[in-house]
Amino acid sequence: MIKAILIFNNHGKPRLIRFYQYFAEDMQQQIIRETFHLVSKRDDNVCNFLEGGSLIGGSDYKLIYRHYATLYFVFCVDSSESELGILDLIQVFVETLDKCFENVCELDLIFHMDKVHYILQEVVMGGMVLETNMNEIVAQVELQNRMEKSEVNQVI
Amino acid sequence: MALKIVKGSIDRMFDKNLQDLVRGIRNHKEDEAKYISTCIDEIKQELKQDNIAVKANAVCKLTYLQMLGYDVSWAAFNIVEVMSSSKFTYKRIGYLAASQCFHEGTDVIMLTTNQIRKDLSSPNQYDTGVALTGLSCFVTPDLARDLANDIMTLMSHTKPYIRKKAVLIMYKVFLKYPESLRPAFPRLKEKLEDPDPGVQSAAVNVICELARRNPKNYLSLAPLFFKLMTSSTNNWVLIKIIKLFGALTPLEPRLGKKLIEPLTNLIHSTSAMSLLYECVNTVIAVLISLSSGMPNHSASIQLCVQKLRILIEDSDQNLKYLGLLAMSKILKTHPKSVQSHKDLILQCLDDKDESIRLRALDLLYGMVSKKNLMEIVKKLMLHVDKAEGTTYRDELLTKIIDICSQSNYQYITNFEWYISILVELTRLEGTRHGHLIASQMLDVAIRVKAIRGFAVAQMATLLDNAHLLTGNTQRNGICEVLYAAAWICGEFSEYSMQTLEAMLRPKVATLPGHIQAVYVQNAAKLFATVLQKHEGETDSQAAQETSQLLIDRLPLFVQSANLEVQERASCILQLVKYIQKLQQKNVEVAEEVTALFAGELNPVAPKAQKKVPIPEGLDLDAWINEPPSESESEDEKPKVVFAKEEPKHYRSRHTEVDEKELARRREVRKQEQANNPFYIKASPSSQKVYDAPGVEHIPVVQIDLSVPLKVPVLFNCDLYLWLEEERQQKEKAERKKKEKKKKREKRGKGRKADSGPESEEDIRPAHQVDIVTEEMPENALPSDDDDKDPNDPHKALDIDLDKLLADSEKLPVRTHRPEVLKSPAEDRDSKSVPQETKKKRGRGGKEKKEGKEGERKRSKEEKKKKKKHKEVEEELLESQPEEAVQSEETKEAAAPPTSTSAEASDLDFWLSSAPVPPAAAQEVTAPSSAAAVDTSSAAAPESEPDEPKDTEPEDTKSSKHKKKKQKKEKEEKEKKKKKRHHHHHHHGDAGGEDSVQNGTVEEEEPLPVMYIYSLLAENSYIKMVYDIQGNHQDESKVVVSVIFENKSDSFLKSMEFNVLDSLNSKLQRPEGAGPHDSLTVPFQLPPGVSNEARFVFSVQSIVMPQKLKGTLTFIVKSDESSTHEKLDFKLHFTCTSYLITTPCYSDAYAKLLESGDLKGSSLRLEGISMPFHHLLARICFHHHFSVVERIDSCASMYSRSIQGHHVCLLVKTSVFIESKWEESSLLGNVLDEIKQTFSKC
Repeated sequence: MIKAILIFNNHGKPRLIRFYQYFAEDMQQQIIRETFHLVSKRDDNVCNFLEGGSLIGGSDYKLIYRHYATLYFVFCVDSSESELGILDLIQVFVETLDKCFENVCELDLIFHMDKVHYILQEVVMGGMVLETNMNEIVAQVELQNRMEKSEVNQVI
Repeated sequence: MALKIVKGSIDRMFDKNLQDLVRGIRNHKEDEAKYISTCIDEIKQELKQDNIAVKANAVCKLTYLQMLGYDVSWAAFNIVEVMSSSKFTYKRIGYLAASQCFHEGTDVIMLTTNQIRKDLSSPNQYDTGVALTGLSCFVTPDLARDLANDIMTLMSHTKPYIRKKAVLIMYKVFLKYPESLRPAFPRLKEKLEDPDPGVQSAAVNVICELARRNPKNYLSLAPLFFKLMTSSTNNWVLIKIIKLFGALTPLEPRLGKKLIEPLTNLIHSTSAMSLLYECVNTVIAVLISLSSGMPNHSASIQLCVQKLRILIEDSDQNLKYLGLLAMSKILKTHPKSVQSHKDLILQCLDDKDESIRLRALDLLYGMVSKKNLMEIVKKLMLHVDKAEGTTYRDELLTKIIDICSQSNYQYITNFEWYISILVELTRLEGTRHGHLIASQMLDVAIRVKAIRGFAVAQMATLLDNAHLLTGNTQRNGICEVLYAAAWICGEFSEYSMQTLEAMLRPKVATLPGHIQAVYVQNAAKLFATVLQKHEGETDSQAAQETSQLLIDRLPLFVQSANLEVQERASCILQLVKYIQKLQQKNVEVAEEVTALFAGELNPVAPKAQKKVPIPEGLDLDAWINEPPSESESEDEKPKVVFAKEEPKHYRSRHTEVDEKELARRREVRKQEQANNPFYIKASPSSQKVYDAPGVEHIPVVQIDLSVPLKVPVLFNCDLYLWLEEERQQKEKAERKKKEKKKKREKRGKGRKADSGPESEEDIRPAHQVDIVTEEMPENALPSDDDDKDPNDPHKALDIDLDKLLADSEKLPVRTHRPEVLKSPAEDRDSKSVPQETKKKRGRGGKEKKEGKEGERKRSKEEKKKKKKHKEVEEELLESQPEEAVQSEETKEAAAPPTSTSAEASDLDFWLSSAPVPPAAAQEVTAPSSAAAVDTSSAAAPESEPDEPKDTEPEDTKSSKHKKKKQKKEKEEKEKKKKKRHHHHHHHGDAGGEDSVQNGTVEEEEPLPVMYIYSLLAENSYIKMVYDIQGNHQDESKVVVSVIFENKSDSFLKSMEFNVLDSLNSKLQRPEGAGPHDSLTVPFQLPPGVSNEARFVFSVQSIVMPQKLKGTLTFIVKSDESSTHEKLDFKLHFTCTSYLITTPCYSDAYAKLLESGDLKGSSLRLEGISMPFHHLLARICFHHHFSVVERIDSCASMYSRSIQGHHVCLLVKTSVFIESKWEESSLLGNVLDEIKQTFSKC
């Protein structure tokens, strides 16, 4: 199970947060801070796994993250997930974002948090991996966007 | 912008959208909070407007603010409003917001049930998808219960997109509503073989998640997963399955054996590192589960270790990390194969990456031996010095202690060395593990008697240099060590004035209270030893000086703010003053003072308290005095301190035990205590304590400034290492001299707890250490069973899934469900069903018997007799149409031994068969499994030719094995008989009469697939099937569900459904529509797709069947043209469609029959050649009856019409149906319909 997905930038500003277990807002912010603190002090050439976010999880949970330019993508997962599998999944997610936003950059995430969520919803659902095939994800996202557009057109 | 202008709404134009909000926040970096609060005010205004677009926009902005940490739960109701918008765009915003901020405590969630249900059944797959996604984040137990059935239906949706989401969300539903697991499981299992890989992956995902927590319940799925593993190419699925096997193998070593080969093949063949890694992991799990004495697996271990070494040596830090992680798993069972890589692992300790260092540390834990412990710890101590961050340093510290203290200090040969290490560790500044070090010191000093003298000396030094440790007085800081030091000195010290002095320094008053308290108490102990030392000496000067010292220094502690310190200090101060008086009179007091602290303290096992059985006669729940009133303190329940023993002890009251018995017990107890050296006997002397003196008596204390600045470490650890080596060498040399002498006996004495590996027995500990074991109550065993967290939500999911489903477990259904839940039997062998039914039909004729009128009465009597016996089953016999289909299996649930044993033997066979090449294995295992099981049971004696024989579910692949079939059948027969035999054995008390369970057990025959839908009309473009159902809520309405299936290659659209109303039955049309207007079917059909629409009809009289004429018009659109088409149909409202399956308990049923309000009629069906239970199932299924009771081949059934008429049926083997109904015309019609049903087959 994935317990949380956090995206924040090099300064710890959250760009997307998705908790699959309830935490109150202030706790969520604490977790983001703690995670940022843990992740940001690590060099880029160390491994992408991290044990011991004390606020979220516990011994069974790991932080698996990837650092792209200005953004950190952090997944907090338990031992039922394959570490390398999740790393691949992050890659798939980022590539999907890249396809949907056409050369994604931090600004896209800043201004279109909702869209990023919709894309994420096609990848992970309720903490479980829903789809790993990028083409399928992109297709579903596009179909939904098209539907949204057709609704707008109807209004006009 | 265009949109906004067109909408022409002025306020809409000034609205900020999400982008504007984000931009605004970025432009107000200095006063962000203020800006946001104005934004929130705006949002509140927007939420008050009626325009849903404005609201949705506001909710979208709130979602963003939620991410920034703002609580937006106040808008929960508005979020629900947006969720219920009919527009997908807004709905999606609403659900997103809900998934981000709703949780179990959100009260508006209960308002969403109907909305979500509506969305789930929406014709638009994305509405459904969005609802499922949202629900997965905020599902509550209530939602789970109410929607479980809807979601379960979606698992068979036509769209894979919905199916996979529905499958995934089931896991969340199970967690919140564990009762849904069993009813949903068959379908979930079915999804493992879904044609869509996404759905399959989702199902694997869910089952893996379930099995991880309760693996034993999923063992029976192993063959299926094995098949998937050898056939799937999706790495994601493979990883999950392989991980699952890792969880299953510990339960079934034979599974492991079977897995080794395919896994090794995968390891060799795969290029995906993630897959390789998981394979290695599972192979390791397999190896762990297999007994270590299997030589032929050493190759596998070697392979794993070798692969892992490659990973660890890889430049990719991730692989290195995982390699170490997996290595630590091998370590547990095969330490030797890992130990050879010690160099590599020690090397990793120097890695720049902390995660990797920590992993390497973990590995070291398992790699130590008596030989290398000192060396490894020395390396670690070096790292402690180098480490900069406190977290890593603390981690190192705990690891050192873990390594040394593991398995009861197994690897420590020299405890002086260990104490020195602990003392050295106290030099760490800012550590948070003072407490850990302290408890180690205490533990070692208490349990290793030989070391006490040395420990006291070391501790005395620590106390003397306490100022170095007191810099950090934070909780759990290093000053905790002083607690241990003071206690050890007090408890075990022989004589030490200096220590006593050190313990009474004024600086001590700055320590935390609990440490001061220990200081004061142990100062008193030391005082006692000093007194004893000087006793007998003529010159009592020294003793008197000591008393004076205490009298001088203690008042400082009397003033302490800490109660404990104050109390102890004032007690002891008075004691000392009294002693001083006695001393001045030259009275010898030493013995009496020492007696205060006599007796030895022993370590107590951590779980000892819990294991103390409740003393006989002690009833913790009984009132000692009757409570004054009911009003207060009812909610506070005392925590259970004692282990629960037999419940019967609760009953026995204290007063019931007679005096003699009490006296006897007391005697026994005394005896026990006398024999127990550890029992602290009552102290012979007791001192009086006087009131504390006034503060003015306290003299000012001099401050002692003569303290050294560095802790003089008495023994350097390196020295120990060197000494140890020397000692060992010496010993070796010695041993060579007297090789023939037996040494073991000598050594074996003091080391009961020590069980080092054979190879290490060569190393003798330097001290004869006496490791005291921890105390436990008599007969109590330290066990781990009480370690489980009782609040774990997964505990509720520990459900036996092999047991067949009982009706009482059905999911609550609110509206009727036209889709049929397949029975488990069908699930398993839907493919083979048609053949088997044919086969059986031929034989079925035999079982025809003539039913007699008298039988009914008899059966009634039997019913009454067995009422109690059957209460459980009656509950099972609740009814839904689909349940009725299952009723046979249901009853079988009452006899789990038979059914589960079948499953088990199936699995057994699968496991025991010799490993076959994977591809062939799939084909062979299934059929041959049946055969093998049969031979084993061929000896079963009983034979009953009249019984219908059935085929086991497991022979799925029957089509490929027709030749074998006959033989198999025969064997199956025998097998069945054995089962029967087995069963009778269990229910021997039921006597000659076959109870319901007994009657049905042998009829496991899979039911043929039954379709509830009947054909409405069909042409080359479209096919319509329909079903009619009523519900209890509305007595004048029925719902007609019609499934439209597009048979053509073109697109069907603009479908309109119309029916010519009759006086009695009318199609419900939307308000404002004329009586002849047609209804638009709310979807379009792409080629090959089917979808379902529902139409509500109002009916007046339900006693007569009726046919309504209707028409469906639609447009067929192909690439070139579009044509208008029309299809006429006749809707047949049968009388049974007005019946609703209603459960009825047999006593209520009997009353109903006795009431005499019912009219009767009967019917005889000729030429029915199906097994009795099929017949019942058919009646249940097609005519909405439920079985009230079944005895042998006679069953009573019940149903109720939407208008509340009762219908009772008595069905006998001869297919003689007698029925009663309040409304006789209706009755006749129903019977006709039943007759028709059976004449068709």
